[in-house]
Amino acid sequence: MDLENQARIKELAEKYGNEDLIVVLGGAEAEASGLAAETVSKGDPTFAGPLAGVSLGLKAYHMFELKDEVDPDVYEDQVSMMEMVLDMDAIIEEVKKYRE
Amino acid sequence: MLKGKKVAILGDRDGIPGPAIEECVKSAGAEVVFSTTECFV
Repeated sequence: MDLENQARIKELAEKYGNEDLIVVLGGAEAEASGLAAETVSKGDPTFAGPLAGVSLGLKAYHMFELKDEVDPDVYEDQVSMMEMVLDMDAIIEEVKKYRE
Repeated sequence: MLKGKKVAILGDRDGIPGPAIEECVKSAGAEVVFSTTECFV
């Protein structure tokens, strides 16, 4: 995960707390999405960025997991095409792991 | 889950980009506090 974005997420977590703030991912791959979810919950596993060793405890969801909460027309326009292109099940399974 | 929450968006250029996620979470009643589109690769 981009180091600048790690810094921004850290600031936001400090400002809003991990109850009010959630992270929504749009990752194209399971591995990269899982890595981002891990970084914002448990800390940066690569120990490269500001979240190295920092466990923010934020919950991360992939956009695919939130389909039921979104206006169906908006979802259809913005996301549904990617459901056909990406490995949705693998992505969801990977991201979910870091909320347990 | 989204309603009334603050949301930080990490979109992906090759997946779902930030602006598309913004539209979605706003329609669900969440407030976007940060949005970016990364290139994960």
